[in-house]
Amino acid sequence: MAVQALDAARLPVDWAKLVQKLALATALFVVAYGVVPAYASGYLVEAILLPFLALSLAAVGLNLLTGYCGQLSLGSSAFMAVGAFGAYNFNLRVEGLPLAVTMILAGISAAGFGVVFGLPSLRLRGFYLAVSTLAAQFFVQWALTKFGWFSNDNPSGVISAPHLAVAGLSLDSATGRYLLSVTTVMVLTALVWRLVNSATGRNFIAVRDNETAARVIGVPVLRTKLLAFAISSFIIGIAGVLWAFTYLRTVEPAGFNLDRSFQILFIIIIGGLASIRGAFLGAAFIVVLPLFLSRLGAFLFGGLFDSGVLDMSQRIVLGALIIIFLIAEPSGLSALFDRLKRRIGSRSS
Amino acid sequence: MTFFSHLRKAAIATAFVLGATAVHAEEQYFPLQSYRVGPYAAGGTGFFGGFIDYLNLINIRDGGVNGVKLAWSEGETQYEVEKGVEVYERLKSNPGIAAWNPLSVGIAYAMIDRITDDKVPLITINHGRTDTTDGRVFPYVFPLLLNPYSETSGIVNYIASKEGGLDKLKGKNIVVLYHGSPYGKETIPIYELLSQKYGFELSQIEVPHPGNEQQAQWLTIRREHPDYVVLRGWGVMNPVALKTAQKTGFPADHIIGNVWSNSEEDVIPAGDAAKGYTAITTQASGERYPVVQEIVKTVYGDGKGNLEDKSRIGSVYHNLGIVNGILNVEAVRIAQAKFGNRTLTGDEVRWGFEHLKLNPARVEALGAKDLFHSINVSWDNHEGDGYVTFQQWDGKKWNVVSDWIAPDWKLLRPIIEKSSEAYAKEKGIKIRTAEDADAVVSN
Repeated sequence: MAVQALDAARLPVDWAKLVQKLALATALFVVAYGVVPAYASGYLVEAILLPFLALSLAAVGLNLLTGYCGQLSLGSSAFMAVGAFGAYNFNLRVEGLPLAVTMILAGISAAGFGVVFGLPSLRLRGFYLAVSTLAAQFFVQWALTKFGWFSNDNPSGVISAPHLAVAGLSLDSATGRYLLSVTTVMVLTALVWRLVNSATGRNFIAVRDNETAARVIGVPVLRTKLLAFAISSFIIGIAGVLWAFTYLRTVEPAGFNLDRSFQILFIIIIGGLASIRGAFLGAAFIVVLPLFLSRLGAFLFGGLFDSGVLDMSQRIVLGALIIIFLIAEPSGLSALFDRLKRRIGSRSS
Repeated sequence: MTFFSHLRKAAIATAFVLGATAVHAEEQYFPLQSYRVGPYAAGGTGFFGGFIDYLNLINIRDGGVNGVKLAWSEGETQYEVEKGVEVYERLKSNPGIAAWNPLSVGIAYAMIDRITDDKVPLITINHGRTDTTDGRVFPYVFPLLLNPYSETSGIVNYIASKEGGLDKLKGKNIVVLYHGSPYGKETIPIYELLSQKYGFELSQIEVPHPGNEQQAQWLTIRREHPDYVVLRGWGVMNPVALKTAQKTGFPADHIIGNVWSNSEEDVIPAGDAAKGYTAITTQASGERYPVVQEIVKTVYGDGKGNLEDKSRIGSVYHNLGIVNGILNVEAVRIAQAKFGNRTLTGDEVRWGFEHLKLNPARVEALGAKDLFHSINVSWDNHEGDGYVTFQQWDGKKWNVVSDWIAPDWKLLRPIIEKSSEAYAKEKGIKIRTAEDADAVVSN
């Protein structure tokens, strides 16, 4: 009922804003499918865009769970691992399975895992839940190392990506992998955007803001939480497929360790909780800035210090920058971005 | 307010910074994915230090290889796969790349497809994926000197020589204590195979990563009462194993370390408990070899030495870096003899590695007699029949305690081929012939 009331109270459409948004979307498409494939260097695609896209998608997934639904999770990289190893095995063991189906099946496997490890959320909250999701992290890594079947009995337990093709078209080149990655991210992000603006999305927020109140107004709290775990893990699982198949092209279980889970959590904290744009801004910050600092450092001081000293000082700079950013805007880069936009807007008018 | 103006200024200032490496004529370039910080920095600084020291020696003493100067630059990976890939993409645009030497299994795996597309060799000395030994399937990957299977065979042969022959292994009891990671598990089937072949009893016990608590494992070992314990460790697991062995009363001189448990960094933290511990190596440690002496005199004398701590000259990792330098430089020299004294393409250097044959006489001429034995790489054998030796720790330094021992390559080859052929099938790779190996891309 509450949801219907909200729908009825919608504001009249703001045409100017709509046109602005449409123009922005068009520009995004032109850049993603025109400018980048045509002009971007191999380095930009392989070392920056591919990890950026995979981590952004994982952050979008986690933001759904943590940012919108309020369930803190430290199991993200386990769900990525399930997705990556799932896709590898579906592709290996089912002959002629189309890539899209492989990815969806991998996502569904991760979603299944997500629901299982989301069950404690029915009883636990906050930090206690975060600690219980650690179990996913350790269990998945242990299982993948323990049972050779998952990595096709490869003696060192490392999987390598298969040939990627859609409708007979090879996507093995850097540009091909980029296009696969960017399309997947766009489609899933669009779906998530729809979701958070739907009744289910509002249920997520209701559960986050006040679980008891949500229950009182008739939100099915248990189902909502498990749904959030399922959808979030589905998306994170597909991010894992992108990470393994389009970016690294090889994966070992140790590659999906706790550090990666923390990294994804930091992305959404720095980028802004409950904001899809924040996931992308945060991922850009985490992926691009360290590279930028490392190249800046090598350029300025390369001859004077060895690479170890430079790397240590970059960490200090990065840490300091994170603190400065969060002091300037505790709600993350997304909010900072809005402030920037307003300032530019007020200056030009 | 001021925050944004600072931000803008910073953005403008940094927009100017996109470094490019200078290009020189007739240079052969080595991109180095080194790791000088992080948990494995001890190995990284030693190995890359030794490698750079040798390249410097060739430049200072000989003016390069037949007049072609050697160049290199480093990118820090912290032993992380993602950073390794980033450095690869960053450095691969440099001209005249000879070979990649990441010294990390994870990074090497991530590079196999990429370097095969780029037609540039990938060297994984003493480690890497075992089945890349098969050059028919992996044209550009070289696990030089020792792959994990050969290491296993070498250790068992050494134990046999201590016991007085392979037939004496029957009824002996060996425990393998391995690191709970893909690396640690890689040799499980080979130990089982050798145990069946030679009739020794075997139990393999896992130590979960990182291995700083091993009380339970060593109590099990004490119950088993084995004749030997093979330590297949990594990082902090090694000194902890030695200390726990001492606590549970297992003698250190019956513990045999594998090739990643054989450095000073593994034994010094264990203190007294490491005295008598023996470990396999492909390159002896110490400073007495002529090539190491020349590096001390020429490179460190010139103030261009790479190691900050000079006491690490001649340590296990430093000498491994030097041997790695010798193998890379000689591959370039051999390729130059065929293609001319100029900057070579990656594929030409690949040809050089596939003809990298250094017999003991040539090794002596290079000033490395007793440092390492010999190597004999061919187009289909990318390991090159490396010999191993064993060193014992006396509390201060390593002493060689065995002859050069040959692993049982004939026994291992069919297993390697089975694995590489399965990989070829999975990836749709055409198996290479000798003619394919002689077709070289020269531009």
